[in-house]
Amino acid sequence: MGEKMSRRPYVREVPPTSWYFRMPRYMRYMAREVTSIFIGIYTALLLCGLANLSAGPEKWDSFIKSLQAPSSVIFHWLALAFALYNSFTWFNVAPKALPLQFGEELAPDSVVAGGHYVIWVLLSIFILFWAGVF
Amino acid sequence: MTENRMGARQVELEVLRYNPETDQEPKFQRYSVPCINEWCVLDALNYLKDNLDPTLAYRWSCHMQVCGSCGMMINGEPKLACKAMLRDYPGTIRIEPLAHFPIERDLVSVADDFIAKLKRVKPYIISDGKHTIEQGEYKQTPAQLKRYRQFAMCINCMLCYAACPEYGLQPKFIGPAAISLAHRYNLDSRDVGRDERQEEIATNEGVWECTFVGACSDVCPKHVDPAAALQQVKVASTVDWYLEHFMSWVKK
Ligand code: SF4
Ligand code: FES
Repeated sequence: MGEKMSRRPYVREVPPTSWYFRMPRYMRYMAREVTSIFIGIYTALLLCGLANLSAGPEKWDSFIKSLQAPSSVIFHWLALAFALYNSFTWFNVAPKALPLQFGEELAPDSVVAGGHYVIWVLLSIFILFWAGVF
Repeated sequence: MTENRMGARQVELEVLRYNPETDQEPKFQRYSVPCINEWCVLDALNYLKDNLDPTLAYRWSCHMQVCGSCGMMINGEPKLACKAMLRDYPGTIRIEPLAHFPIERDLVSVADDFIAKLKRVKPYIISDGKHTIEQGEYKQTPAQLKRYRQFAMCINCMLCYAACPEYGLQPKFIGPAAISLAHRYNLDSRDVGRDERQEEIATNEGVWECTFVGACSDVCPKHVDPAAALQQVKVASTVDWYLEHFMSWVKK
């Protein structure tokens, strides 16, 4: 009694650049974040395309040619794969942000996530149709 | 691991020890504890303290997953020691105090920061004062209860904070459980305190520090799904912002 207890809390630092190696779930999170970089690059590429388009037919043609280079084709496949991965991970967690309650019941997650997939497929078909693919 | 009849088993524990009066830093201590396979990790710790090493410090109270005080890192995962069953851990079990919190002593972490954050979000019903005691109880439909019930299951065990890398990197982050509780009261039909809570949680230290890693929901022993609460607060705050800036004529 009355004896003084010394408090000296010990703080364990979190390594600021390597923390995500500690758990697989952190790695999955980083995978989701990193794949978005490719979506960013692809968006920049689209903007380049627009700039070339407005610069006249010659510029546009050479832009289209450059897209057919093997390195560009590889990039596009990679970007597509990563964009799909990124989209799926977000669609699958969408039910957390958008709970739908009908009366006393919450809609199952599959309804909200499924709705995202359905709208995505419909929009894609619409855009492809509009672009004259079919 | 040795196992014999009656499910008895010798369990090897590696426990992180830290004595603030004598130690410069924490270090692991090994124990070999005679256990029953049906025990939980907390039983093993209690046996250890009662029979092998009375100096070990850790928190617990209910032994039934309701008090929220026995949170610790078990093989690197935030767990309730009374919910982690020995049968799920065949090898050596490594036990550390909850990550991201300072260590007070051995497995006891410093919870002051979390308690302060809980207070900030006013986790209680703020009523409009119009309902008098004479009018009797507040009535709530099952549908109104359902809106927030999941977020009301929190036992303040702080496992979600130990799982959240954002909290580890930025301790100012109000964090999963406190924001989930704010959301729980915001969703309650008897409550009118949302504006006051938004001051705390719709901020950079609040939901906007969250990058939706989702680890909090993975580890929550009560299926509160704090990640869901935080994303819902983000959506609602964004809607607020648009209403305020572009559609100020719309009555909220
Ligand atoms: S939200 Fe879950 S993990 Fe976090 S303090 Fe509450 S019960 Fe524990
Ligand atoms: S001792 Fe109460 S939750 Fe584990």
